[in-house]
Amino acid sequence: MLKFLINRFGQSIILLLIVTVITFFLINLAPGGPSSTMRMDASPEERQAMVEKLGLDQPVIVRYASWLKGAFSGDLGTSFTSNEPVVQRIAERLPYTIELTIFTIIISIIIGIPIGILSAIKRGSVPDHIINFFSVVGLSVPAFWLGLMLILLFSINLGWLPSSGVGARGVDFNLWGWISHLIMPVLILTTTILPNIVRFTRSSMLEVISQNYIRTIRAKGAKESIVIYIHALRNALIPIITIIGVLIPRLLSGAVITEAIFGWTGIGTLILEAARGRDYPLVMGITIVITIVVILCNLIVDIVYSRVDPRVKNV
Amino acid sequence: MDKILQVKNLVTGYQGKNTFMKAVDGVSFDIDRGETVCIVGESGSGKSVTSMSIMRLIEYENGKIIEGDIIFNGENIVEKNNYEMRKIRGSKISMIFQEPLTALNPVFTIGRQIVEAIRFHQSVKKKEAYKQAEELIQLVGISDPRTRLKQYPYELSGGMRQRVMIAIALASNPQLLIADEPTTALDVTIEAQILDLLRKLKKEKKMSIMLITHDIGVAAEMADKVIIMYAGKIMEISSAEDFFENPIHPYSRGLLESVPKMTGERGVKLNSISGSIPSLSNVPSGCRFSPRCPFATEQCINQEPVLEKFKDRQVACWNIDNVLRDHLKNQTDSEVFQ
Repeated sequence: MLKFLINRFGQSIILLLIVTVITFFLINLAPGGPSSTMRMDASPEERQAMVEKLGLDQPVIVRYASWLKGAFSGDLGTSFTSNEPVVQRIAERLPYTIELTIFTIIISIIIGIPIGILSAIKRGSVPDHIINFFSVVGLSVPAFWLGLMLILLFSINLGWLPSSGVGARGVDFNLWGWISHLIMPVLILTTTILPNIVRFTRSSMLEVISQNYIRTIRAKGAKESIVIYIHALRNALIPIITIIGVLIPRLLSGAVITEAIFGWTGIGTLILEAARGRDYPLVMGITIVITIVVILCNLIVDIVYSRVDPRVKNV
Repeated sequence: MDKILQVKNLVTGYQGKNTFMKAVDGVSFDIDRGETVCIVGESGSGKSVTSMSIMRLIEYENGKIIEGDIIFNGENIVEKNNYEMRKIRGSKISMIFQEPLTALNPVFTIGRQIVEAIRFHQSVKKKEAYKQAEELIQLVGISDPRTRLKQYPYELSGGMRQRVMIAIALASNPQLLIADEPTTALDVTIEAQILDLLRKLKKEKKMSIMLITHDIGVAAEMADKVIIMYAGKIMEISSAEDFFENPIHPYSRGLLESVPKMTGERGVKLNSISGSIPSLSNVPSGCRFSPRCPFATEQCINQEPVLEKFKDRQVACWNIDNVLRDHLKNQTDSEVFQ
């Protein structure tokens, strides 16, 4: 286990380095820069002064080296747009996105896996067709449209739910305020994740159910519930875990649209601000954080994997 | 002797798009207590479907029993509900399968899978069940039971896994053990070991065995009674002694002639039965074997023979006399030749 973790840590560092190089050079290749976000009537001298102030007159390689040096000591630089440390800006926003992601994943798993199992064991039946229909609908409806429709229905027409914001935190925190703000964003994100889990569970279960060992378990005189929920599910979970590991990073990027619609002050809206303001340090910081999340997800998936499937022995 | 299992006019098959395809079409036979019955036939002859029908597992594989009775210990299995069936499966009738490599759940230990089989049918504590599992695993010839029980199926060889399957099948001392091609996936030395084990266990546990095989050699080694199946029908039922002495049905003869003999010259070409078994959707009229039968007459093509008593056996053939005459002639020929 320890050896595995050390190994993975080494690999992750290399991966992170590659990602930072690519991102750093790509954003610098993009036309314009922080100075192009100044007022229209700014003079060339004013623009040049800003470039020099931010240190952008130096060669890209030099800037990357000094950024990297800072990054290794935990300093990701100062945001161009707000003059606050990048680390602080991300730390303020990240918990909100994690909140959305965790709720979405938990709800999707709790609902998705049983529905997928039902769909598999009742293959070809009416419930199966209904589940399939809604899976396809869920996968094809764009998040921004659904988000607007939900706001129209629940916020404007019915007035049940707030249309934007994260609700009061700290001393003014109240449970309903928190949940009511969460419902719609989580619902939107769930519609993008849930159908994937349902469909994967279904196909994985179908494959497992036709295996020989399932016949053996029935031949032993097992109840159908034991056959399905203990023997079949344990085997079917293996590919489902993989897909969940892939879906979590996708949720983070999916959060950009959802957070923008609902004014949710998470990483998603921060990405937008960073890109719009040509805030290079912030873009780099967010990229690193998201890369780390992806690496962590993969690591967790691999560890869970080895716990579920004894044949996987690398951990 | 009293009968442990009577299969009467069993019809089992699968629902096709338009028609019902009968994989087993009117099969009747008995198994006595303590007897080993071998069902022999090519792939697609309905042997496995017969065994899956007796276990009532066929329903889980989209099949259906549509006619007939399966009387086990005086009770009709066909009429049992799911709950009653679960009490029989793995307890009174057990089954082992053809593919030992895939017949065990890969994610659970051997111990857990044996213990589970014990606890489905006996209300014993886990610890007690583990003790029983250790005994079972020694009974099937696996040493070091403690270590083995903690291992996963992928850590065991094919022969070992089949032994584990047998241990699972024996967990509740079944009266009937159905072995569906138990050695087909194994190499010959392991095959011999497994067959020995089955023979030994049968004697010790006084159970009946229904052994399904396409290998007439396995049948010769194990059987008290031989049942020859072809395209969902029984062609011949005979005691093993009579059968290997002198098979009557042309199909039985074809099967025996296609086996190499230890005596005689090398380089002699083996006989094979020409053609192949008909598909379920396209069963020939008359005798199902007639398109491949060297003795086939007009009657064979038009009229289906019934399984009838002939001396001590049952044979479904219109031309028994011709076949026997031919057999006699061959025998005298070879004697003259020698």
